[in-house]
Amino acid sequence: MQAKRTTFPNKFLPYWLLVPQLAVTLIFFIWPAVQALKSSFEREDPFGFKTTFVWFENYRRLLIDPMYVGSLGKTAVFAFSVTALSMSLSLILAVAVNRVLRSNRAYTTLLVWPYAVAPVVVGILWWFMFNPTIGIAPYLLRGMGIDWNHRVDGNQAMIFVVMAASWKQISYNFLFFVAGLQSVPQSQIEAAAIDGAGPFKRFWTIVFPLLAPTTFFLLIVNINYAMFDTFGIIDATTQGGPAQATNILVYKVYTDGFLGLNIGSSSAQSVILMIIVIALTAIQFRYVERRIQY
Amino acid sequence: MLSNSAKLGTRKSQHNNKGVSMSKKVLCLSVGLTAMLAATPAFAQTEIAWWHAMDAQLGEKLQEIATGFNESQSEFKVIPTYKGTYPETLTAAIAAFRANEQPAIVQVFEVGTGTMMAAKGAVYPVYQLMADNGEPWDPSGFLAPVTGYYSDVDGNILSMPFNSSTPIMYYNKDLFEKAGLDRETPPKTWAELETMSRQIVESGAAPCGLSSAWITWIQTENLSAIHDQPFGTLDNGFGGLATEFTFNGPVQVKHWDNLKKWADEGLFQYGGPVGGADSAPKFYAQECAIFMNSSAGRAGVIANSKEFEVGFAPLPYYDDEITEPKNSIIGGATLWALNGKDPEVYKGVAQFFTYLSEPEIQAGWHQFTGYLPITNAAYELGQSQDYYAQNPGSDVAIQQITRGTPTANSKGVRFGNLTQARNVVDEEFEAMLAGSKTAQEALDSAVERGNQILRDFEAANQ
Repeated sequence: MQAKRTTFPNKFLPYWLLVPQLAVTLIFFIWPAVQALKSSFEREDPFGFKTTFVWFENYRRLLIDPMYVGSLGKTAVFAFSVTALSMSLSLILAVAVNRVLRSNRAYTTLLVWPYAVAPVVVGILWWFMFNPTIGIAPYLLRGMGIDWNHRVDGNQAMIFVVMAASWKQISYNFLFFVAGLQSVPQSQIEAAAIDGAGPFKRFWTIVFPLLAPTTFFLLIVNINYAMFDTFGIIDATTQGGPAQATNILVYKVYTDGFLGLNIGSSSAQSVILMIIVIALTAIQFRYVERRIQY
Repeated sequence: MLSNSAKLGTRKSQHNNKGVSMSKKVLCLSVGLTAMLAATPAFAQTEIAWWHAMDAQLGEKLQEIATGFNESQSEFKVIPTYKGTYPETLTAAIAAFRANEQPAIVQVFEVGTGTMMAAKGAVYPVYQLMADNGEPWDPSGFLAPVTGYYSDVDGNILSMPFNSSTPIMYYNKDLFEKAGLDRETPPKTWAELETMSRQIVESGAAPCGLSSAWITWIQTENLSAIHDQPFGTLDNGFGGLATEFTFNGPVQVKHWDNLKKWADEGLFQYGGPVGGADSAPKFYAQECAIFMNSSAGRAGVIANSKEFEVGFAPLPYYDDEITEPKNSIIGGATLWALNGKDPEVYKGVAQFFTYLSEPEIQAGWHQFTGYLPITNAAYELGQSQDYYAQNPGSDVAIQQITRGTPTANSKGVRFGNLTQARNVVDEEFEAMLAGSKTAQEALDSAVERGNQILRDFEAANQ
């Protein structure tokens, strides 16, 4: 490889080639992040006339605010539920499709469709189906003796947004699981079958462990999804209500900053979210990528 | 693009409160740009950007008003832009202001009044704008509750009243009859409303008696005003930023307690937070026989009630708490002129505001939308046109808001960050409906959390 190497006389050319990517990163990621960091130490009126440097006051108040701590808890419940629900369902679907010999292409295509739907549209679809007044689902549930009103009942609201958010993510997980399943060597499964292992035993002792890299990867991606990409779904369905029952961190950043115009607190919340993302990404690279051998 | 930047460049120091460094920067820019602008044809119209939050029929009517103004003269052109909901419009205008790209006129809902008034450097007070541009300005021509609601501590009106409404009660006359009630007698008091709702539900005429939009505005703020109960200290916040909420008094607690009781019994159905998006469909679908909403919902109610006849009535009151109910208070929005534009633009804004106040324009807007007529002249015009006699119920709102002498408790409310405070009230109401708090606990907690928000606002604006 090294023998025949093209060299460029211009020393700066590599840097010039890097400029577009660096510019995008600087303008759209680094600069806003620095701005958020700066605002998180300030208290400011909405129009930006009076700015006071307040050190860690915004953070201190957040961490003693029961609403914020509550929102942290809700986010944890939400992220865990969405991840568990969407991953388990998509694994079942992927295994099922993998066993279908004919027309599994068609199933795959159909199952991938929801991924193409924008989060807000997903939210509106579910909002419509579960609307306590005009929705079909509450009507059917009432027939079964369940009084569905996620406008008032916080637990129902949480179940509702978890369902909507999971539904959208199933497609993505499904694709990865299908790909993962196809790379499981058929010979090992057959060997196990000859040794007398039933389908369940084969799945748990061979297929599932071999899927581990995919599963770990999806775990991180799903937690990230549930925590940061579900804004549209929450906004279109519950708007964080009732009584903040579905007010996850990323939605709270929006309500406090854009509706409440409390820029300092909202920035402090974004910084905390940023730290969480960094931590999750670090875990992904440090442990998951390194430990799992592909 | 060019004219926009040029306008920014020539912003006058009299409206410029953003500091010296900023004006220096734009000054350099403006020298070059004005030179270029001078070369552009002189007949170019001055464009006036107007950001608003009126959608559907209201938005079309608003567009019609702008077009009417544009056709009435050739010097200025008002360009209305729909910016989403009220909070979205306010947020967009603030963000634009920080980026020096603000519109000349922005429509801000009454909840944002406190925020706008505190932002002294950002707004060009309308009384000053009209005086500077030699346009007539007579606050006494406006309806008294409008003037009262939007005046600052010194009695000056800072923003142009445009669409003001007040909540009223809509009821389904057919369902009343079906339940064995008199179709022409809506409930006057809450006690009557409870009895009638029970009769409606028990007779099987409808599964629910009452639904209400805007729990905070109607069932808390207006309830307090009508019963002459303080909503906050310092004259409901009109007296200054040090105000504190006090809406956890006995009347409010009693009312919330009732709503919870009625919700459990099935007489009342909750329609969601903020505007209560689900409550109107409940009324339109004849699920609930009584519906409380802004008078500006009138056009929508009429359009959606083809299958039954609607009655209009004032909001009920507790006759054991007050014998003569006070006036209800205002909702809706006003138009704010934002600082940082060319004097020529403000000349146009002032002329446009004069056009807006004309009785014909006001009356047309009021009669089409259900918003209040802003000026006495517009109301009188409607009377002389026989409009109110021909459209029964169309004057319920104006009669309700002008009845009696307003007290400090019924003049209105003026709080900073009221959007957030209202969200808190909604949340506590939901907590009460879910059964995790009593009415007293929910209101106490709303007051406590709301006061925290008021202190934040005070700290940020000192």
